[in-house]
Amino acid sequence: MKCLRPKIVWQLLLLAIFLTGAILAQRSVDRVRGRQATLQDVLYIRSGTTLKRASLGYSGLLADIYWTRAIQYFGGGHARNDTRFDLLYPLLDITTDLDPHLIVAYEFGSIFLSQQSGAGQPDQAAALVEKGIRENPKNWHLYFTLGYIHYFDRKDYKAAEIAFQKGSEIPGAQPWMRTMAASMAQHAGEPAVAAAIWRRIYESTEDETVRQNAVQHLQALRVDEETTELQSRVDLYRQKTGQSPSGWQALIQAGLLRGVPRDPTNKPYLLDPQGNVRMKDPIPFVTQGKR
Amino acid sequence: MISRLSAVAFNTFREAVRDRVLYNLILFVLLLLAIAPLFGQISIGLERIILINVGLSAMSLFGIVIAILVGIGLVSREIDKKTLYTILSRPVRRWEFITGKYCGLVMTLTVNAVMMATGFYLALLITGHGWKAADAQLLIPIYFIILQFFIMTAITLLFSAFTTPVFSAIFAFSLFVIGTFSEDLRNFAALTQGFTKWLVTATSYLVPNFSSLNVISQAAHDVPVDGRLVVFNTLYALFYSIAAISAAVVIFERRNLK
Repeated sequence: MKCLRPKIVWQLLLLAIFLTGAILAQRSVDRVRGRQATLQDVLYIRSGTTLKRASLGYSGLLADIYWTRAIQYFGGGHARNDTRFDLLYPLLDITTDLDPHLIVAYEFGSIFLSQQSGAGQPDQAAALVEKGIRENPKNWHLYFTLGYIHYFDRKDYKAAEIAFQKGSEIPGAQPWMRTMAASMAQHAGEPAVAAAIWRRIYESTEDETVRQNAVQHLQALRVDEETTELQSRVDLYRQKTGQSPSGWQALIQAGLLRGVPRDPTNKPYLLDPQGNVRMKDPIPFVTQGKR
Repeated sequence: MISRLSAVAFNTFREAVRDRVLYNLILFVLLLLAIAPLFGQISIGLERIILINVGLSAMSLFGIVIAILVGIGLVSREIDKKTLYTILSRPVRRWEFITGKYCGLVMTLTVNAVMMATGFYLALLITGHGWKAADAQLLIPIYFIILQFFIMTAITLLFSAFTTPVFSAIFAFSLFVIGTFSEDLRNFAALTQGFTKWLVTATSYLVPNFSSLNVISQAAHDVPVDGRLVVFNTLYALFYSIAAISAAVVIFERRNLK
């Protein structure tokens, strides 16, 4: 037993050395192949129909793999602040060809595609959701997603109204879909409508990431609204006194404010010497009061 | 030492060549290659692409199947037939036995790959109406397929060193499937954080990486393969195989054969 001990140590050492060698070689392979090697390989066959036949009946499994790849591709690029996501639509198209009933791929995939902070391809996003509606005509959520894309990213309020209206006619659809359609017709473009949509998104999902996103959008809308209102009071002060206010106290003393205004993160808004209102630590999606 | 190793290796090679399963599989591959041009006639303009995809995929898959089917019996058969005791009673060390078995099976698979490649090139020659310069590029995916066999044989031998043939086959095939998605695993790891990131990264490096050894689609579209990839893949296959064989030796040395 004693004489075996050095032998096993040598063998284990050899194993460790070659395993380390394999890992180092693998890292070199990864560097040569690049980040998107897997994706480029899989996209040599761009036809979902061909892939479906080749999957020998395991198209659902293959669709899940493609969906995961789409998320990894988008998530990885997003984390690196990439601005181009050329492979995203083909990946989503193949995923939904393989499994036309994979609702998450239409819902989340179209959001990745449409947002300006994402791929910025709202037309392709709308096309993806329309494909989802063709395959799943009884799913009112997809109409909601389509309405969302038309409203926020395509700014096509008429198309958004039609989407919400059609969705509201599907059995089981939430009653607020009809209200949403009416809001499109009467108040399209107003922050209150945008806030209502984000509130519905928050209420209709259990996904924590989506909820967080909805909260951020709601907070951003509030900031936009509040900074616009505060800015108008600053302008009013200027008109009255002929000079920029030195701080919030000046506005309070002038009777234009009751107290120091606070943003949704409970930090006081800043008022710079030029009289511009801004957030101390800007949050995502804010369009006003960033600087 | 060399003579003992080569004796085990050549015996393994001889035994494997006598195995009927081996011939059936090769025949199947050759038949597949023979009907590949028919697929091409159905899909106009894709004859060459389909032939390369079908031919090389069949070569890879059937080679892997042979590696598993033959590899799982390498140790257990010797134990069942009691021939292992005869071998180990001679001045053959256990590590020499394992390494010799590995070399023998790798030799068998390389010869098979050469035979299948010959059939594949013949089919290309017939359907392509002559020789093209791009056909030489196809030697790289074939070489990578052989590297896959190197790794797969080592893995099968590792499992057969401590478990039954059935379980060896299941484990080895599962690892092959996981290995084909190892790049996805690493991509997934890049998006995670903390312990999960560490765990997934470690797993992705521990499982064999077959995805970077598969350049069949690339070859079918005449996309050249980077020379550095050939070098690093070779190094990877060698290191990984030796590591797996070392693990097999460590286990086999401790195994009670009574």
